[in-house]
Amino acid sequence: MNTTWKRLSLGMLFVAALPLLSQTAKDKAAPAAPVHKQAGNISAQTSKEHDGQQVWEQNCSRCHNAPQGFSSRISGTIVRHMRVRAGLSKQDEQALMRFLNP
Amino acid sequence: MLSPLSTHRFLGRVFAMMLALGAICLVPSLNAQDTPPQNTAARDIPLISGGLAFFTSTNGGNTTYTPTLTPLTAIPVGPHVLFESRATLLESFFPQGGGKGYTTAHFVGLSYAQIDYIFSPHITLVGGHFLIPFGTYNERLTPIWIMNLQDGPLLYGIGTMGSGSGTGGMVRGSIMANDRISLNYAAYVSAGTSNEQVSSSRSTGGQLNAFLPNARLEIGASYGRLLEHPQSNAIGTHVWWTPGAFPLQLRSEYAHGPHSQGYWVETAYRLSQFNGDQSTIGRLEPVFRIQQTFRNSPGSDGLPATDTQRIDFGLDYHLPHEVRINTSYARRFSSTGDSNIWETALIYRFLFPAWRGK
Repeated sequence: MNTTWKRLSLGMLFVAALPLLSQTAKDKAAPAAPVHKQAGNISAQTSKEHDGQQVWEQNCSRCHNAPQGFSSRISGTIVRHMRVRAGLSKQDEQALMRFLNP
Repeated sequence: MLSPLSTHRFLGRVFAMMLALGAICLVPSLNAQDTPPQNTAARDIPLISGGLAFFTSTNGGNTTYTPTLTPLTAIPVGPHVLFESRATLLESFFPQGGGKGYTTAHFVGLSYAQIDYIFSPHITLVGGHFLIPFGTYNERLTPIWIMNLQDGPLLYGIGTMGSGSGTGGMVRGSIMANDRISLNYAAYVSAGTSNEQVSSSRSTGGQLNAFLPNARLEIGASYGRLLEHPQSNAIGTHVWWTPGAFPLQLRSEYAHGPHSQGYWVETAYRLSQFNGDQSTIGRLEPVFRIQQTFRNSPGSDGLPATDTQRIDFGLDYHLPHEVRINTSYARRFSSTGDSNIWETALIYRFLFPAWRGK
């Protein structure tokens, strides 16, 4: 029983350590600003909205259709819910927030 | 059944483990404290959502009627905490047999009631009663306003530890996300509870998902271990593909348990390429699912007692104002007899702030 718990604890710690390792690597490699393939002729604001739309299409709409409209006062709550459910990164969360509140 | 002392000891260990995880995560979280986007305070209003549905299912000439309500609430607390819950309330009207008319049964249950703490950009700590992260159906497709077909897959019982919910702690989040790949994970431990509304088994497990944005392909693997008698392992894997060029969903899943195994493959194609998704034709969504389960030995895992195949043909219609009509026909093949299943559903999804604002 104790051995099982030790293994479980080690496993949990290993899983928890994975993002820490990647976080360190990402912090070093993260560009100052996101790179946009179509950045030549669209404004920065539109580009950010495009990012948010991409986050929506690639994460949220994998499971469900877009709600047919909701109050902007709950957009932050929806985005936080999606961050937990869909495992969104912090950047994706912010892009989605901008997309829902252009 | 656990004694109260064992239960307390188990919960103590779960709590200690969560504290250990929190401690190990503290340093990076201090370095990169997760700050919410600006100007979001006015948008963090608690919400009430959910679905209201009327289901019918005709199997072997007997029709069951099931009005169902699944309320959901999400309450943000400060910049890093979210409380969320979902419940199911249903009344089932079904024939008694022998020409004695209909009888009813009702069910009230809590799918989840959890507190999420966004600890760092990559770590969210979850405590409470939560959906078990095994496969894709349990966490993603059980809401009645999302499911394409009324019945869940036959293999649902593998890895979901009986009730589909756990009571304890979970750590989850995004490992990395860039233009080429997005990796996320979930790991949990659960105590056993026998309460009818909040039932769970003593178990542990986790999931790892990789999503390739360019190919729009998701691949994942799940593991679950039942820690109470009879101790057993379950493994699963899934592949989802949602091509961006056309509105197709291709979902598939395989799971292997101690007594059985199985797979399902589901496709759905929204006809929105015909004059847009708000047109008469564009609101239609044909659905097809094929699934198969194999019984290796007798067991109470919720899967059919004999090898079974089932195919579902569905046609969903997305009406305005968050209303949809789901219809389907299924043919089930097994050595105990084949059967036809006809199902319909009228579903309304609601979503609004918990209170009126200025």
